[in-house]
Amino acid sequence: MATGKGLFGSSIARKYWMALTGLFLCSFLVIHLLGNIPLMLGHQDDFNLYARFMTTFPVIKAVSYLLYASFVVHAVDGILLMRQNAAARPVKYAAYNGAANASWSSRNMGLLGVFTLVFIVVHLKSFWYEMHFGKIPVYIYEDGTELKDLYTLTVTAFQELWYTVFYVVSMALLGLHLWHGFSSAFQSLGLTHPKYTPMIKIAGAFFALVIPAVFAAIPVVIYLAS
Amino acid sequence: MNFILKIWRQSGPSEAGQMVTYPVSHVSQDMSFLEMIDELNIDLIQKGEEPVVFDHDCREGICGMCSLFINGEAHGPGRAVTTCQLHMREFKEGDVITIEPWRAEAFPVIKDLMVDRTAFDRIIQAGGYVSVNTSGNIPDANALLVPKVDADAAFDAASCIGCGACVATCKNASAMLFVSAKVSQFALLPQGRVEAAERVQNMVRQMDLEGFGSCTNTGACEVECPAGISIENIARMNREFLKASLG
Amino acid sequence: MKVDARIPQGPIADKWTEYKGHVPLVSPANKRRIDIIVVGTGLAGSSAAASLAELGYNVKAFCFQDSPRRAHSIAAQGGINAAKNYQNDGDSTFRLFYDTVKGGDYRSREANVHRLAEVSASIIDQCVAQGVPFARDYGGQLDNRSFGGVQVSRTFYAKGQTGQQLLLGAYSALSRQIAKGRVKMYNRHEMVDVVMVDGKARGIIAKDLLTGQMERHGAHAVLLCTGGYGNVFYLSTNAMGSNVTAAWKAHKKGAFMANPCFTQIHPTCIPLSGDHQSKLTLMSESLRNDGRIWVPARKEDALAIREGRLKPTDLPEELRDYYLERRYPAFGNLVPRDVASRAAKERCDEGHGVNATGEAVYLDFAAAIERYGKEQATLKGLHHATVEEIQTMGTAIVESKYGNLFQMYEKITANNPYLTPMMIYPAVHYTMGGLWVDYNLMTTVPGLFALGEANFSDHGANRLGASALMQGLADGYFVIPYTIGEFLADDIRTGSISTDSPEFTAAEKSATDRQSALLNAKGATPVDVFHRRLGKIMWDKCGMARNAQGLQEAIAEIRKLREEFYQEVRIPGKAEGLNVELDKAGRVADFLELGELMCLDALAREESCGGHFREEHQSPEGEALRDDARFAHVALWEQVQGDPGQSIRHVEELVFENVKLITRSYK
Repeated sequence: MATGKGLFGSSIARKYWMALTGLFLCSFLVIHLLGNIPLMLGHQDDFNLYARFMTTFPVIKAVSYLLYASFVVHAVDGILLMRQNAAARPVKYAAYNGAANASWSSRNMGLLGVFTLVFIVVHLKSFWYEMHFGKIPVYIYEDGTELKDLYTLTVTAFQELWYTVFYVVSMALLGLHLWHGFSSAFQSLGLTHPKYTPMIKIAGAFFALVIPAVFAAIPVVIYLAS
Repeated sequence: MNFILKIWRQSGPSEAGQMVTYPVSHVSQDMSFLEMIDELNIDLIQKGEEPVVFDHDCREGICGMCSLFINGEAHGPGRAVTTCQLHMREFKEGDVITIEPWRAEAFPVIKDLMVDRTAFDRIIQAGGYVSVNTSGNIPDANALLVPKVDADAAFDAASCIGCGACVATCKNASAMLFVSAKVSQFALLPQGRVEAAERVQNMVRQMDLEGFGSCTNTGACEVECPAGISIENIARMNREFLKASLG
Repeated sequence: MKVDARIPQGPIADKWTEYKGHVPLVSPANKRRIDIIVVGTGLAGSSAAASLAELGYNVKAFCFQDSPRRAHSIAAQGGINAAKNYQNDGDSTFRLFYDTVKGGDYRSREANVHRLAEVSASIIDQCVAQGVPFARDYGGQLDNRSFGGVQVSRTFYAKGQTGQQLLLGAYSALSRQIAKGRVKMYNRHEMVDVVMVDGKARGIIAKDLLTGQMERHGAHAVLLCTGGYGNVFYLSTNAMGSNVTAAWKAHKKGAFMANPCFTQIHPTCIPLSGDHQSKLTLMSESLRNDGRIWVPARKEDALAIREGRLKPTDLPEELRDYYLERRYPAFGNLVPRDVASRAAKERCDEGHGVNATGEAVYLDFAAAIERYGKEQATLKGLHHATVEEIQTMGTAIVESKYGNLFQMYEKITANNPYLTPMMIYPAVHYTMGGLWVDYNLMTTVPGLFALGEANFSDHGANRLGASALMQGLADGYFVIPYTIGEFLADDIRTGSISTDSPEFTAAEKSATDRQSALLNAKGATPVDVFHRRLGKIMWDKCGMARNAQGLQEAIAEIRKLREEFYQEVRIPGKAEGLNVELDKAGRVADFLELGELMCLDALAREESCGGHFREEHQSPEGEALRDDARFAHVALWEQVQGDPGQSIRHVEELVFENVKLITRSYK
């Protein structure tokens, strides 16, 4: 049961927070993807510079805390909603034809969210943790500065077949999560309009297809190149 | 026509229930679904068994009392119909038909296929009205002009029959479509705007207290809604609630 | 015994105003000491309960459904009349009054009808203030449409769901009072008896349908807002649960039934498809604005259609009989309901009916589609439009006007009414008769009131379309809050009504005993079987046309059926807990008594008026012949010794001072 009031704890407010954090995470995906392009192109310099910029530039650092918070709120809020929803129907149907009236992704947002969470944990352990706290080979940039060689770390990781497959599958699941999540966020916030809502739906579909596809292409390209 | 019915039987609110199989024969394709169960009940009574209990009243799709979950869908496979308007010609000879009650924490089973939907009444009591007393001295009806588009949209929202199919079909047993229909009706009319902020907050609070789930925007409710209530109303309620919470 | 209708003195237009100025009031402090029971939560019940609670009375409201919002008022389609004259087409309070009295074939009480017309305008104001979304025009003002039997547009509507919107408005007013604790609501409770203390109605016995418990509820006054009894015919447009039990128990405790034989048969319903059928579905009267009603002119064609050898669309114009247009050229397809129904029956009885059963006529929209199509072509400047184009454009217009009804028809019959004419047949719809009430809406039992369809007062022998909603809300919102004061003013010192009195004990015991009698009948026949048999007797012999011989036979058959019922009925389960069959049996037991009384009333009224058509009293052309010299009165029935067959007939003479009695003619 949702027992809170107003913007904290009511079931509608929980959805606002899901929507706001979800959309913010979408914007992060775009930035993240742009930064990853050099990986695919084999530009070791650019990627390592980008990695340093992202870990040291003060504004980015500040925003990253907002990002961590969004991850946590999105995940915790999602789990609270799943619990509320499970409690709302303690006895299940013997026959339930969900496919008759709703898309698969919309009916499995919780499950897709949990998969995505698992992926993010693995992903952070592999790269974010290593970048911040692990031992990383050093790369000397042309002007002589020492950079952490995240590029090599990444390229090495994706030479493993299972690891590449894991990424591709995860991106497919993320795509399904976004397929419903992107436009759903606008509905949750009440941002609908007879003229613009169809455009948002198209944009959401485009976003859900393109962003994860390009993300997935990076390990595939690296793997094939190795 | 002949069918195999699998019906949920439960003798009381706290008893355990189970699915029971009943073959039925000599069903006319012109029968409504409820008339088919009427015939089954006549047979059961003649055999000395307890008839299947289910809610129904007007049998023309407007009172909102009938409520069966048929083959995994609220009000069965038909669209824009209640169970009483569903006809047996929608089914194929020999079909196995599973019939269950609405399932939700907020709609406890009373007996067999009959559930308690008074949670909806309590949500309306929390604010689903305009606070105006009866009086012969109210301003003339035409003193208040309402744009036709708003009046029509308010009507569309107000045509909810309160059957609970939205809750039954929602994977989260959410009542958002029902609540938003009433919130929308009044939010769209100048008479209702006066108390709009208070209304949406009180009704949502009651909805949460009743133990309904949250909305994942799957849209299943609007597909199964016999009255064709749109999830645009849910978006409007989300807006209204945000406005009320910020203001 | 002479009954007093307590009609105020003075000119008709001033009666209500004068009355309101002089009716005794109950002070706010005293209202808090007075309890009122309202049974039924339709338009009349919900509006009365809400209004009385707002005034400060303690109200208990009861409904047998799972929520007060389910009451069958919700199914009313077309609209609600009000003398607003928004269209500037000559409407007025007097004209609404006049149309209603004339439409009722001069068998209603002038003073009550005039009051109804007076308060009608306030109903619309009230409902709009509550947020009822009536249809509006592009300027934002309320829209009106026209209904059968009148020459002005005074009907307010909300698509084809006016009853739903009005009921939800009253339900929200009621919900507000429940939330405030001013009304205590009892869902899934059925009134099974009225309790009389010192000659006054002082409470009810209500059965909690879920637990099977009999409960005692005391009050200073009891309001019955329990609707009509059309379900005595088994097949009707009423809801499955609609019943006469509350009114009938009141009748058995001394409330007189008035004109019980006055039944409205609605001409446009979807015909019967088989024996299994539980319900007849109404198609709105508004369809007759554009649909033309016909049957094949030759019997052999009708037979060919019935046997599926001929399609109606293949029958040429000259072989069709547009019988309403032929018989009533002035009003055509828009004659009042009783006239249209009888004409359909006459054609079918003569062997011209269509449908497999031979009991249906066509309602054809082909001409309307063509007319609208041509209109559109002209509007759009398409002077050489093909037949198909015209058809498409015309269909679009018809769809915009009646789309939801056409869809409903197709769902039920699996026929597409845009391509083949609709089939319709008359069905029982509304009962004008009911508990007799005086000007205060009080029955012959002091403290017992009847509102809405449950009473008899406003519609005479035939109700006009869109007037039932008007009456229900008028009674609940604007009449009873005043008129109940006259009775309650004497009760401010009574104190709360104890439910421990011997009267309550006796009433509870007799209710329990009645149930036991039903449960102890160890027969083999389900309740529904008896109900269907009763319905068939009523429809065949006390339906659209009645004659003395048939009615006498019906009385004998019903008495026999009643006897058989108590021997042969089988009710599974026990008195405790939810027992749907037991509750149904209680209602059918009452219908089995009511049916006999209806036949007695029909037999005694040796004239034809409105919905009551006695075959012995018709003109050579088959039109109804009223007998004002002998029957310009209300028939009141008093039950004696618990036997409807021995009921005593009293009369209330109807005095017409403002309307001249003439023969209704629609030719």
